[in-house]
Amino acid sequence: MSTPLLEIQGLTKHFPARSGRGTVRAVEDVSFSIGPGETFALVGESGCGKTTITKLILGLETRTAGEIRFDGLDIASGRAANIRAYRRQAQAVFQDPYASLNPRIRVRTIVAEPLMAQGIGDRASREARVREVLEVVGLPASAADLYPHEFSGGQRQRIAIARALALQPRFIVLDEPISALDVSIRAQILNLLADIQDEFGLTYLIVAHDLALVEHFSSQVGVMYLGSLVELGATEDVFARPAHPYTQALLASVPRPDPDHRAPVAVIRGEIGSATAPPPGCRFHPRCPRAMPVCAVDAPGRWSLDAGHWASCHLLDPALGEQPRMEPVS
Amino acid sequence: MVPTATERPGGAELVPAQPLLKIENLRTHLHLARGIVRAVDGVDLAVAQGETLGVVGESGSGKTMTSLSILRLLPKPMGRIAEGSITLDGTDLVRLSEEEMARSWRGRKISMISQDPLTSLNPVFSVGDQVGAPLRYHGLARSRRSLRETAVGLLRRVRIPSPEKRLDDYPHQFSGGMRQRVACAMAIACAPRLLIADEPTSNLDVTIQVQMMELFRELQAETGLGIILITHDLGVAAGICHRIAVMYAGRVVESGDVRDIYRRPAHPYTQALLAAIPHLGGGRRKRLQAIPGMPPSLIDPPTGCRFAPRCPHRMPRCADYPPSFQVGPTHKAACWLAEAGA
Repeated sequence: MSTPLLEIQGLTKHFPARSGRGTVRAVEDVSFSIGPGETFALVGESGCGKTTITKLILGLETRTAGEIRFDGLDIASGRAANIRAYRRQAQAVFQDPYASLNPRIRVRTIVAEPLMAQGIGDRASREARVREVLEVVGLPASAADLYPHEFSGGQRQRIAIARALALQPRFIVLDEPISALDVSIRAQILNLLADIQDEFGLTYLIVAHDLALVEHFSSQVGVMYLGSLVELGATEDVFARPAHPYTQALLASVPRPDPDHRAPVAVIRGEIGSATAPPPGCRFHPRCPRAMPVCAVDAPGRWSLDAGHWASCHLLDPALGEQPRMEPVS
Repeated sequence: MVPTATERPGGAELVPAQPLLKIENLRTHLHLARGIVRAVDGVDLAVAQGETLGVVGESGSGKTMTSLSILRLLPKPMGRIAEGSITLDGTDLVRLSEEEMARSWRGRKISMISQDPLTSLNPVFSVGDQVGAPLRYHGLARSRRSLRETAVGLLRRVRIPSPEKRLDDYPHQFSGGMRQRVACAMAIACAPRLLIADEPTSNLDVTIQVQMMELFRELQAETGLGIILITHDLGVAAGICHRIAVMYAGRVVESGDVRDIYRRPAHPYTQALLAAIPHLGGGRRKRLQAIPGMPPSLIDPPTGCRFAPRCPHRMPRCADYPPSFQVGPTHKAACWLAEAGA
């Protein structure tokens, strides 16, 4: 891979627990990098820490430890000027375009706001840029005069995308960008996101729970469980040869639009554990159908599979006797 | 003991002579200041005992208004059933008084699970109180002690671990998946004949979703419950439904056996929906076939086929609304193209 645009190293975030006792280990020692023009997907169940990672990357939360480098510069501990420059280059589109757009201001102002915040351009040039990005996302220039409530969900998401494009960013965080939209609208927005990525050479970090979407949309995928990455690799490798039992279970659980597909009966029992008191050893072991005694004691190391594809599971350790059974999940 | 429905489901019979629920020509209107919304506009549906009917559609397709019409829980004062009949076990629910509906139907013979158990459960009552509430309301509890035992039994039936201990816990002490199980226990408390599940798994993670679907299947096998599963997710519907009705803009555009719908979709809308979603195993970045435009307003809906403005096969004839054509023994589509194929 070429020099990464975004590089995350040992990223850790602990929150004080709401009860006042103990610590929520939301993100624990997460490392990955995203090359320019790539789309990296973070997947996992609610509470796995994927949203916290996006907040850390966007500077909406401060990390406990670790590094976040953008274009080689550490944005988490950098100088104010670096951070300001970074904010120009990193934007976000959130899940709910009903919540992410201020209902009291016109679309013109919503889309121009990032330009104003960065002190870019005068009124006329900002107006021109607003028209330009509205056109890119497929909205008429007249949309600028309207308020968010005058648009449908799909159109609102287009407005949110226009706002993210206003500063000509290089990197966009997409947090569940289509899950709040109607099914018949989703493909329009996905195609739009793909088009603007190609047109402007954008790099994406997408957080999504829909694995079919992730397979379709991303080039790299990181699977998270209780704050840690358990498997990472090129999307096609991970989907073709999932190595971690959790990844296998996630893939097997995806509902398919095929009446003759029989999901293996409850692939994994139970629910995601507590991030305040994560289980010792492998955090997944209480739910793992193939857990061994060692899994409750030692945290597993990373085992390399394909180039750039690794998983963190004792089953892959040849020294532990059991040969890895790489059962592809059909 | 919890009373259960009398019979087990009758095998693979798809359209039995005596459906449990039969909806005919249902028209439900919402009277708003800006006009009348024809939320449900001539819908026919049937559900047999032991059968799961999937009602698939987008927001605004009328799927939720159809289910609220069955329960007679339309928003007041603007919601009204303008026409049609909803027959459950031989009784037309549309003709019942609100009092009769509340006394012997709602929560008793028909119950509902909604998308978000956090809003359907009351945060200030213990789970045991809430699970027992329908039994108390309908006078099915003999004593406090038997009520408690019944509640424990219900929680056990929805596979909540150590139900005796969880009975006195409050909803916030349960995870999302467990809360949905509690809502499920409440819904089956009075051994209803029909369960309406409105997006019951949309807020749940996939591994929990699988467990929930398994629970529905088990409960259905145990009690012969008829289930209406309302969902926008074609994947979820495929996994659990026997039959599917696809709704668009207040009407059923296609209905049939689950295999008819997924293998031989006859309506262009169904075909477009299936083509527009990424499928697992589909690989990377084949351009999705997006459906252009958006669903119409139901205040002044287009005359003729409502999907026509977005349809790739639009013909002059589509200016007249197509009736439902039989395209297979149990398969119907409301599209002029289906007339040619029939």
